[in-house]
Amino acid sequence: MPPESENPGTEAPIPIGTGALDADLGIGPDGAGVVEAAPGEAGPGGGPWAVAWRRLRRNKVALFSLAVFLLIVICCLLAPVWANQVAHTGPNTTHTLEKLHVGGEVREVVEPSGKAIGPQWFEAGGKFFLGADGHLGRDEMVRLLYGGRSSLFIGIVAALITTILAVTFALLAGYYGGWPDTIISRAMDVIWAFPVVLLGISLGIVLAVGGLVIGPIHLKSSSLWIPTLIIGVVYTPYMARPLRGEILALREKEFIEAAIAQGASGFRIMFVELLPNLLSTIIVFFTLNIANNMLLEAVLSYLGAGVQPPSSSWGTMISEGFQALYSQPILTIIPGTAILLTVLSVNVFGDGLRDALDPKSKVRFEARAGTAAEMDNPI
Amino acid sequence: MSDGASTGTAGGPLLEVTDLVKHFPIKSGLLVDREVDQVRAVDGISFYVNKGETLGLVGESGSGKSTACRAVLQLLKPTSGSVKFEGREIAGLSRRELRPLRREMQMIFQDPYASLNPRKRIGQIVGDQLKIQKVASGKELRTQVEGLLERVGLSPEHYNRFPHEFSGGQRQRIGIARALALGPKLVFCDEPVSALDVSIQAQIVNLLDDLQDEMGLTYVFVAHDIGVVRHISDRIAVMNHGKIVETGDADQVCEHPRDDYTKKLLAAVPIPDPRESRARRERTTAG
Repeated sequence: MPPESENPGTEAPIPIGTGALDADLGIGPDGAGVVEAAPGEAGPGGGPWAVAWRRLRRNKVALFSLAVFLLIVICCLLAPVWANQVAHTGPNTTHTLEKLHVGGEVREVVEPSGKAIGPQWFEAGGKFFLGADGHLGRDEMVRLLYGGRSSLFIGIVAALITTILAVTFALLAGYYGGWPDTIISRAMDVIWAFPVVLLGISLGIVLAVGGLVIGPIHLKSSSLWIPTLIIGVVYTPYMARPLRGEILALREKEFIEAAIAQGASGFRIMFVELLPNLLSTIIVFFTLNIANNMLLEAVLSYLGAGVQPPSSSWGTMISEGFQALYSQPILTIIPGTAILLTVLSVNVFGDGLRDALDPKSKVRFEARAGTAAEMDNPI
Repeated sequence: MSDGASTGTAGGPLLEVTDLVKHFPIKSGLLVDREVDQVRAVDGISFYVNKGETLGLVGESGSGKSTACRAVLQLLKPTSGSVKFEGREIAGLSRRELRPLRREMQMIFQDPYASLNPRKRIGQIVGDQLKIQKVASGKELRTQVEGLLERVGLSPEHYNRFPHEFSGGQRQRIGIARALALGPKLVFCDEPVSALDVSIQAQIVNLLDDLQDEMGLTYVFVAHDIGVVRHISDRIAVMNHGKIVETGDADQVCEHPRDDYTKKLLAAVPIPDPRESRARRERTTAG
């Protein structure tokens, strides 16, 4: 902290001093405007988000991870383009008895022994780029891209569901306290008490058999929404509990009292005063949650309680490839690598986000960067 | 109480507090919380504040001053007792019923680092009350907030800044602007200067003084330093262990304290001159 004041009568303003100094000297606002009008984001201080962004921008590893993740997302989004323009097949189309003309050579997609064709790269014009998947002879690359769509959809949408549920519950429990807190916290504890995978499998098997009917909403047992909802609900307590704790701490701050003293409603306090202070935590949780969701999806699909065949996801592909693990390990390795890359990039980026957004980790970040005096010192 | 209520003002005092009690329960228990004991933070205090005057509320840390303020303002629900503002009972009103009264009674908080939401811009912090009470919006709100910022010695350019860009003294000015946004009649100052440097303290106290003259404010000024309180107050109430032990004219309380606790508080005020300080120490130990 710099000294508050060098001489009585003037306060030392920490940012580029505009008004206060001049006003105290009696120059008034007209004189103050001349010095430098730097409203809001333009100043070197900027808002908390500007500070976080500057910190994140220096973290090259995190930015690289973000780039990798975005690349994977874009590739998966372009799956239909690859399927129609390059591979000329669909993710669930079988090619069991077909033959592939490579150069002058004719290869069987699936040999009579049941062994599928290996990676052809661009030899067949992009067909069977990564080979075929076992005895059904489906194009592995097309399945990988479409499976990535399912896996990413589940990862991101389930993270959204978790976030919405967790934030709502945490705000209600943390702000109102009393019996709403008791009911919500105990309900969360019940979910928390189950091991995540066990609860996911139980719900998955029940819903995968019968589908889900809630009023007018009818989800078929093969719907992607079923694993998405399961994963979203299962992870809710893991996000709601820390958020509730943070709200309990924030609620005692004087600025909340100030809001009450101004006549603010409970709704206003929750969404205008509390929520902006939780946003950085929520963003970090959301990011890391995507990685966890994709892992849980893979586990559930592998065990048959997630994405249902013939739809593909990286989890189901591992499960299918596992049957031919000795003859064709590549069928397991490919989707496994895809999951590894995605989860790793999301996790590293999430870690970088936490460093940038969480003021408490700032010290850690500086120590790692090896510079005691950071360029931006917000306080 | 030596002097009667409503001296010199028509229609009674602005604020009248009678037998205000705030106890905090200490709960314990395995499944069902039982109340095992209570902290008597405010234990039956009575005082009044006349329009336009400043009542100083002094006492050591933990004597219940801040709790008393919050119980009067209904930020904490009082355990029992009556709080009358302009003759109207406000204790026990619901949050909705209190909303119009919030325009009349405001509070300046102790810690300028905790009392400003770090994620809100200054304009929003100061202008929120205008929005909540539906007084102004849009351009008009901005003009009003900029006027307020100037009035407390900040610049209109600070409208879009965040609290972390300001020093403690400037933050307290923002807190003052927020409290005065709707021209309240009564302002509780909860140790507004105790978190600030000495040189800044004087500026803030002087600012509060000027604003009182300008806007005709009534203050309840809480502090643990009886020296500061004497400077700003017309009357002083001394609190100890949740009770008011002495009230009276500021000069009278400071020159001729009747209660032992008040004497101790006065003896704790540092004196710049060491010779004078020694002399007084001898006087107090002898007396």
